[in-house]
Amino acid sequence: MAEKFDVIVVGAGMAGNAAAYTCAKAGLSVLQLERGETPGSKNVQGAILYADAIEKIIPDFRDDAPLERHLIEQRVWILDDDSCVGSTYRSEEFNRRPYNRYTIIRAHFDQWFSKKVQHAGAMVICEATVEELLLDGKRVIGVRTDRKGGEIHADCVILADGANSVLARKAGFRPELDPKDMALAVKEIHFLPQETIESRFSIGEDEGVVIEMAGKVTAGMMGTAFLYTNKESITLGVGCMLSDFKRQTVTPYELLDRMKRHPAIAPLIEGSDMKEYAAHLIPEGGYDAVPQVYGDGWLIAGDAGQFVNGLHREGSNLAMTTGMLAAQTVIELKAAGKACTAPNLSAYKAKLDDSFVMKDLKKYRRAPAIFHKNPQFFTTYPELLSKAAQTLIRVDGVDKRTKERQIRQTFVARRSWWGLISDAFKFWRAVESK
Amino acid sequence: METHATQKVEEKLFQNRYRVDAGRPHIRIKDAELCTHQCSQKQCTVCCPAGCYTQEGNGKVVLITDGCMECGTCRIVCDEHRNLDWEWPRGGFGILFKFG
Repeated sequence: MAEKFDVIVVGAGMAGNAAAYTCAKAGLSVLQLERGETPGSKNVQGAILYADAIEKIIPDFRDDAPLERHLIEQRVWILDDDSCVGSTYRSEEFNRRPYNRYTIIRAHFDQWFSKKVQHAGAMVICEATVEELLLDGKRVIGVRTDRKGGEIHADCVILADGANSVLARKAGFRPELDPKDMALAVKEIHFLPQETIESRFSIGEDEGVVIEMAGKVTAGMMGTAFLYTNKESITLGVGCMLSDFKRQTVTPYELLDRMKRHPAIAPLIEGSDMKEYAAHLIPEGGYDAVPQVYGDGWLIAGDAGQFVNGLHREGSNLAMTTGMLAAQTVIELKAAGKACTAPNLSAYKAKLDDSFVMKDLKKYRRAPAIFHKNPQFFTTYPELLSKAAQTLIRVDGVDKRTKERQIRQTFVARRSWWGLISDAFKFWRAVESK
Repeated sequence: METHATQKVEEKLFQNRYRVDAGRPHIRIKDAELCTHQCSQKQCTVCCPAGCYTQEGNGKVVLITDGCMECGTCRIVCDEHRNLDWEWPRGGFGILFKFG
């Protein structure tokens, strides 16, 4: 096949769809290749959609996108074995249009997004696995798929092939991924009648709640857990760094089942029908794990480029934004009659640096290393917090001054004064800007 | 207090939709002897979220990819030995998420 396109986009996730849509809209000839049966059938996310990122690509997305619930309440829970200390933020501000965040089901959303891509004029081919990049020296000139006559050429290939970033690795553009940079998340989707969900979470029609969790739920590993409300289902899951998973003996599914048995969580999913169990890697290495993202004839967008803000649980918005910026870079080169060489494509890196994507990753640059080295944030502190709450709240005839002293002593006994001060400093360093 | 028994991973995977590429596993162990004799941790048997890797009594690691969710964990945790040939399934095969 001697066909040649302006752009080939590999993958039909958030980054790939954003890139293909933007290129096609601008009139470039676009081929998008997806290995799944349909767009979305290989994709896994929590999932929360941040309106801002999609709005910049498809301003009227609310008209027909399959959205589950807009979020009006955010809970943060620190879990001990059988308790939970937490905070809740609920605001009518989040109940005013245009809504800021929605829960979505990726298989549904991605099919909708892909229809937009096709309407914009891109050719989308599913059930086509790209096996490798076609190289002319160091220059990428196309891809080889597993279909008959599978060689296809393009001026630029946008690699939006997901967290495993298989193609860039095979081409030698980046090394194999490091267990310390990747989190494994497992999740389940549980169906319940809509009214049951709305009464359990005290929400009205279309309103949603998100619960982010940390603490014993990750069994001492660096990680977090979540529970999101969809229209007629609840998704919940837990994710931990692979370097930590490697060091211990609890399987991911056992970890998820323990979470489901937690007394704060079990009643929320009581009586539900589990309809799918999914697993996915999340690149959480942050700024220092971002690989080379452009070269002669190629760009990397989305999870493949490690564009995830782990601390803020943001990824799909970074994927969409990087996909869009990659597309804009190619569009501008085409308009100027310039070739997709590495020096010309370096404009992509400049766009990334100038956007919230790299600014946020840079702000939290130190966080992954600090949390890796200080597991007490995921083990000791949740336990101490829970005990402190227990001591303060229980009315048992002990005077409050004594209770406060008991709490202080427990903290010092576990971490020492110096340890507490140094932990506070480390935590501050992890989240404070550089 | 805990009344529910842990669900077997097979029961979870039973809910999922797959199109298995019969006879063409997309992941292969390169050298089975290496797993048996030189890998003490065999962390693939713990970390794989689909339980695709099991250890037999004689220390042999057996891989059955039918329930694979294509996450990539096994390949990345095998960082000391790099003993896996890991590819995506052919287009259209493997896990087909209904919800994702």
